[in-house]
Amino acid sequence: MTEGADRIVIVGGGHNGLVCAAYLARAGRKVLVLEAADQVGGAAVTREFAPGFRVSSVAHLLHALDPRIERELRLAQHGLAYARRELLTVALGESAPLVLDGANVLAGDVSSADRAGLVDYVRRQRRFAALLAKQHGFGAGFSVLRLFGRSAKNRNTESPLPWLARFALDVRLLGRADMRELLRVGTMNLYDLLEDRFDSAQLKGALALDGVLGARLGPRSGQTFFTSLQRAGARGLPRGGMGAVTGALAVAARAAGAEIRVASPVASFMLDGERVTGVVLQSGEQIAAATVVSNVDPQTTFLGLLGARHLDAEFARRVAHIRSTGCAAKLHLALSGPPDFRGVPAELLGERLVIAPDLGYIEAAFNPAKYREYSSQPVLEITVPSMHDPGLAPPGQHVLSAIVQYAPRDLAVGWAAGRAPFLEATLGVLARHAPALRSQIVAAELLTPLDIENDYRIHGGHWHHGELALDQYMMLRPVPGAAYYRAPVPGLYLCGAGSHPGGGVIGAAGRNAARVVLARSRA
Amino acid sequence: MTIPREHYRQAVFPTPFHTRTAAANTLNVWHRWRDYTVADAYFDVSLEYTALRNACTVFDLSPMTKHLITGPDALAFMNRLVTRDVAKLKPGRVGYTVWCDDAGQVVDDGTIFHLRDGVYRLCSQERQLDWLHASALGFDVAIQEETHDVAALALQGPTSCAVLKRLGLAGIETLTPFGIRSFAFEGGELTVSRTGFTGDLGYELWIDPELGIALWDRLFDVGAPVGIKPMGTHALEMSRIEAGFIQAGVDFLPADRAVRAGRTRSPFELDLAWLVDFGKPHFTGRRALLAEQARGSRHRLVRLDVEGNKPAKDAYLYDRRRRNVGVVTSAMWSPAAKANIALASVEMPHGAPGGELWAEIYYQKELKWSRFMARCTVVEGPFYSPARRRATPAADF
Repeated sequence: MTEGADRIVIVGGGHNGLVCAAYLARAGRKVLVLEAADQVGGAAVTREFAPGFRVSSVAHLLHALDPRIERELRLAQHGLAYARRELLTVALGESAPLVLDGANVLAGDVSSADRAGLVDYVRRQRRFAALLAKQHGFGAGFSVLRLFGRSAKNRNTESPLPWLARFALDVRLLGRADMRELLRVGTMNLYDLLEDRFDSAQLKGALALDGVLGARLGPRSGQTFFTSLQRAGARGLPRGGMGAVTGALAVAARAAGAEIRVASPVASFMLDGERVTGVVLQSGEQIAAATVVSNVDPQTTFLGLLGARHLDAEFARRVAHIRSTGCAAKLHLALSGPPDFRGVPAELLGERLVIAPDLGYIEAAFNPAKYREYSSQPVLEITVPSMHDPGLAPPGQHVLSAIVQYAPRDLAVGWAAGRAPFLEATLGVLARHAPALRSQIVAAELLTPLDIENDYRIHGGHWHHGELALDQYMMLRPVPGAAYYRAPVPGLYLCGAGSHPGGGVIGAAGRNAARVVLARSRA
Repeated sequence: MTIPREHYRQAVFPTPFHTRTAAANTLNVWHRWRDYTVADAYFDVSLEYTALRNACTVFDLSPMTKHLITGPDALAFMNRLVTRDVAKLKPGRVGYTVWCDDAGQVVDDGTIFHLRDGVYRLCSQERQLDWLHASALGFDVAIQEETHDVAALALQGPTSCAVLKRLGLAGIETLTPFGIRSFAFEGGELTVSRTGFTGDLGYELWIDPELGIALWDRLFDVGAPVGIKPMGTHALEMSRIEAGFIQAGVDFLPADRAVRAGRTRSPFELDLAWLVDFGKPHFTGRRALLAEQARGSRHRLVRLDVEGNKPAKDAYLYDRRRRNVGVVTSAMWSPAAKANIALASVEMPHGAPGGELWAEIYYQKELKWSRFMARCTVVEGPFYSPARRRATPAADF
């Protein structure tokens, strides 16, 4: 047996790569994870951005981690703990903030009709989200009864029909009323839907944010109800930041026998004819492998590491046209003390604060993105994780982490020119709600989508490795011909957020990819 | 000469030879070929055909879609585009080829001219600029549509070499089939390739449109003693069927134009397996074609010798049990082969060489229609392929 003949190389040690590694190693495979950065975790890491201040660098809330992964990989034993399991949402506005606990309005000027409507809306949203979560295993072997890792029987792995049939059945089983509602609103935009259902502008703004966060979409864009389902779960804060999640995954993978090498950026794949036979590191080192699994985004995987010339022309064109232009920036502030948001009591400071006062505000913030300009009045999702997790900042001091939209990756003036004014615009919006904030800033870091692209090696700087939309979902994710976690090139698999069910620190893509690899390459 | 690209002002142009083709077109019959007006015939289709097979003819080839492909990755790009191994095509050589979509279905056929080291001209039946640009992702190449920038004439027939010798192209008789050679002409460059669409001895002449008229005039001056005649599209069509050449849009549907499933054809299904080289680097459609090779093709292109003398144009084909198994795509009575010939597409496993099929031919005599079930024999190779087509040095005749 030649060297590497039984080795599986996973390119990229993000959460999906680590999940995949852990499952493959548990099944007895020889696994090597190659991470380009100095620490594992990809875009789910905790990083020191200013001396003594640490923050979850890109993703900052955990809301969709597949519970099977947490259980099967025993992440709690491997160090995953929560600072908070479920955060409230505090919607900042000109008047008193609105405080939401899922379906319940805890505070705020909201009519009783809206309160009742919210209960109904959230109930349905959760039902529909659960329906989607049931599809997380899509394409990774339909026979789910088999024990994982041993002869996972992949009947119809490459046909969507059994899944679509089950999906249709699940839709029918919602019952007449909810099925009708799903069919009605499934592809609808949130603007119309929320206008139809609620009066409170603040409530509509807060609900709409979930449909556009991380996407190049405004509330009036089609499918935003569908995208909002991706964020319908409870939002938790891992203790120690998002790095704790990937840290626990790395421990689980290593415990199962996987080898993880950091600071090992992969330059290209090795090919023998049509077959991928390993990887070449930027250092020039060649590592042979029977199977290569890429946790890197599909565009970088296919057009960068593999190269379009090894692919069919139409496939390469489809990959190039994946909608993956990041539109969300990340702001990190080191603060000398707890921030003082107007009208927000201290005990709510650690919750999820959103600045999306109404639908029109969000849509107006989105408009410039269409023309490759940033929002002068951005929308924000803010967390102050040090409120729950004091270890993230020096005693008495705090870190603020915010997703800021809209900041298109392909900014017309370029981010060298756009960074300072966009940061200023963002701080201006923050200062309106927290007038003293500027004076508390010890250090500030703005990660534009371009920074995310460069620092986290994600094409387009899009967290989800491509918009999470119905036309890039299930057997269409990332593109036809590369769904089912398998590249059209033998020896190459995909396990990243670019594959179904996408990004958001779910981990299901990594788990599914492991199942497919195991089924297709018996040891 | 650059023709203005203001297509909204004028969609169809005269070719660079139009003043001469118009003067020669005693029948005044024309049709549109892409962006140009060309002659169907000049004086008599049968006589033009006869001139082709017995003397030589000039056909205005200018509307042929042409692309110039250059750049460091030109070879790699061409090799990824087409099914045959372009690395084996030396500078100064021409190769016939097809290219496929991802599903291994033929997008188009055409010829690759390896003009100079790393400089290729791709001639195609259909417009291909979009496909070429889509295929260029990841390659450092420049692709230039040069249809309007290169005038072309096909000089074909047994005395074609003699005409070129009289034109002063020294040593032209030593040019081998599919060879390219350039000559000085009236202060410009005349590129001659020993290629054609007639299955006969013949050449294609490529020149700056500004020099087109001078070339036409000189050809007819020196060619008159050896019977040179202009030839239109109808006579060309006869000759290409005799040569057994397929035509996009007639004998196969370009894959990028097909809407319905099952209407396209792979190279294997067009009797072009010899153009598919699995030993070279990856090309578009390779995996699909490998799969087809393993699984077996669904269709087969066949050449038929049809009983009787009624052209089997568009005829349905039947097996012995009268089951419809295919259709004739091109057909004619071939004067050169003295046979009633046809190209057809049949379902596998029908159409094995030497096999028998039945063509349902409808024909009309003085407005009375009759139907005739003609026995067809599947034959191999072109219907007409004279030795002079390949002989080097080419003779004068």
